[in-house]
Amino acid sequence: METLKAQKKENKKSASIRITGAEAIIHCLLAEGVDLIYGYPGGAIMPVYDELYKFQDKLTHILTRHEQGATHAAQGYARVSGKVGVAMATSGPGATNLVTGIADAQIDSTPMVCITGQVARHLLGSDAFQETDIVGISTPVTKWNYQITRAEEIPEIMAKAFYIAKSGRPGPVLVDITKNAQFDELDFVYEKCTGVRSYKPAPDIEVSAIEKAAELINNAKKPYIVFGQGVILGEAEEQLKALVEKAGIPAAWTILGLSAMDTDHPLNVGMVGMHGNYGPNVLTNECDLLIAIGMRFDDRVTGNLETYAKQAKIIHFEIDPAEVNKNVKVDVAVLGNAKQTLELLLPLVNKNEHKEWLGEFEKKRQIEFDTVIQKDIHPTKPGLTMGEVMEQINVASGHKAVIVSDVGQHQMMACRYAKFKQSKSNITSGGLGTMGFALPAAIGAKMGAMDREVVAIIGDGGYQMTIQELGVIFQHNLPVKIVVLNNDHLGMVRQWQELFFERRYASTVMTNPDFVKIAEGYHIKSRRVVERSELKDAVEEMMASKDPYFLEVRVEKEDNVFPMVPTGASISDIRLK
Amino acid sequence: MENQWYTISVYSENNVGLLNRISGIFLKRHINIESLNVSKSEIENVSKFTIVIFSTEDWARKIVNQIEKQIEVIKAYYHTDDETIYQESALFKIASHLLFDERQIQNIIKESNSQIVTVSRDFFVLAKTGRRHEIDEMHDALEPYGIMQFVRSGRIAVSKAAMPITNILAEFQNQ
Repeated sequence: METLKAQKKENKKSASIRITGAEAIIHCLLAEGVDLIYGYPGGAIMPVYDELYKFQDKLTHILTRHEQGATHAAQGYARVSGKVGVAMATSGPGATNLVTGIADAQIDSTPMVCITGQVARHLLGSDAFQETDIVGISTPVTKWNYQITRAEEIPEIMAKAFYIAKSGRPGPVLVDITKNAQFDELDFVYEKCTGVRSYKPAPDIEVSAIEKAAELINNAKKPYIVFGQGVILGEAEEQLKALVEKAGIPAAWTILGLSAMDTDHPLNVGMVGMHGNYGPNVLTNECDLLIAIGMRFDDRVTGNLETYAKQAKIIHFEIDPAEVNKNVKVDVAVLGNAKQTLELLLPLVNKNEHKEWLGEFEKKRQIEFDTVIQKDIHPTKPGLTMGEVMEQINVASGHKAVIVSDVGQHQMMACRYAKFKQSKSNITSGGLGTMGFALPAAIGAKMGAMDREVVAIIGDGGYQMTIQELGVIFQHNLPVKIVVLNNDHLGMVRQWQELFFERRYASTVMTNPDFVKIAEGYHIKSRRVVERSELKDAVEEMMASKDPYFLEVRVEKEDNVFPMVPTGASISDIRLK
Repeated sequence: MENQWYTISVYSENNVGLLNRISGIFLKRHINIESLNVSKSEIENVSKFTIVIFSTEDWARKIVNQIEKQIEVIKAYYHTDDETIYQESALFKIASHLLFDERQIQNIIKESNSQIVTVSRDFFVLAKTGRRHEIDEMHDALEPYGIMQFVRSGRIAVSKAAMPITNILAEFQNQ
């Protein structure tokens, strides 16, 4: 055994090449199949940028206009492609500017590797120029992080970073590399990481749990599935569909579960959550069996936990054991990757249909349609609504576009009304609610799916948080379609002020610039819609454009998003107006 | 659910950043770490954290789940006091003249089952190992005479039930 190891080591040595740490980083990225990274150069990462220059035929670097944009672009890329997104920045402010995107990727389980430069090893801890303890700062918001201070560490740590980011429940990994480690040489040989002894990506599957789940499903009169991003990350879309169809179970998605199933599937009953659909929320408290698949019972989904699904037995299909019984106590936990567990469950589930129960959803849908949806998507009042814009986009895109949304009212409208035919088509900041996410994320989404239309739906507030990324769209002529739904307000906060703070509109009214002129400044084709009569034509023109396109739609200033579950209320008390 | 003492045992790789990562999990939930001890464990190159908290079982379980989720943590457990054998150590630095001037001091040393670690012209040092309340009692008894310095260690504990870390690691090696 020992001799074998020694021989292996010897072989390794002979197969190695003598290169600098900076070059080694590039070779690691290439070995991991990375051909695109987002970033921003600076002092402490310059050796790596110097190598990027030499390798530009193999590895494209996109210079975002702010490091936060690099993380969101990497996220958009990862979410649409299923691959690991990569962002790079220098030390100090470069690194701290990544933090928002890292936190976003952590809470939304997005595989991302961030590489930051760091001051040389001998300067660590000396408050050197642009030194910041990014490993300390990023610890609570990374799945894993590490500071490399010696060039020899690079191949092993980089391999581990990609393995950890992608495996199990994915997440962001940060690798901080001191400048000396970039300059120094090492004997480079790359081996992909296939395991870390202290880390178990997915728990072992217990067949008994699956059998119990099947028994509950087969005996349920009113079973109900709520699924989340775990279905997409686990690539379990087919298995979910098969389960839903075989057992005849109505299924609703969480905001991150959107697009894992066809919107128009007869058993897809819509969205749960604070601004989700009426039936999916109210009927959570009427089902006799709640089957949660790849979702984590976020407070925006459950409302008041004391009154959440108390009448029902609950099954939780989940890859992360720490999520089980965290917020909601469940009867059966089926641990493991959703694709594998659903695969094992399928043959044990009886063919069934629940017509009467499904009828309950239909009744509730009708109520919501009459009181909310009709007015949103076919309004009769003069002002334009966000809902009708979404509806136009659905028509013009044939439900085929990737919809990237920012955070706020427009996001809820996008998630409520966008229609999907293909998985990985809804990119939004769910858990963290990061305003400014959409524009850079749309850049990443487009580059991760060049053959697809990417439409960014953004509010006037969030747009101005990362508006500088128009520079990337212009420079690379990326045919991203940007729709700003402008109501001259921070609409969602304004809505809360109206409903819960007696209309004291503290700092939510915005005096906005001429967004069309700004887009023109970046030489991006643009148009403003003020009247309903122009909307259809403008959306069609946008969708037909081969170039990037900016569309501003002036929408009603004081519209609200309904239904709504007020914070702390029971989902049964969802308000329709 | 009622608060009680829980001993959390964490087996991990020996990594510089891990303490920060683990303490953050408590910080985030405003759970005070009553005592913390980090040492090597029975397995080579595996560290053991022993953390004492006063909380509900629900919180203890959730925290252990979050700790176990960290990449470099091999396994984490929580136990009640009844399920563990645990001890703390304390050192008392006391003025040497008291040993001769105050007869009661000698009685305290005998009754507390503590050891004199060192004696110098100016001070002597008592070491005491035992349960928290025993150390507290000894402290209370000595305090009226004046304690020059006092320090107590974090709890160290072993569980009565098995913690099959070796099996977990062996399983990985075989994969």
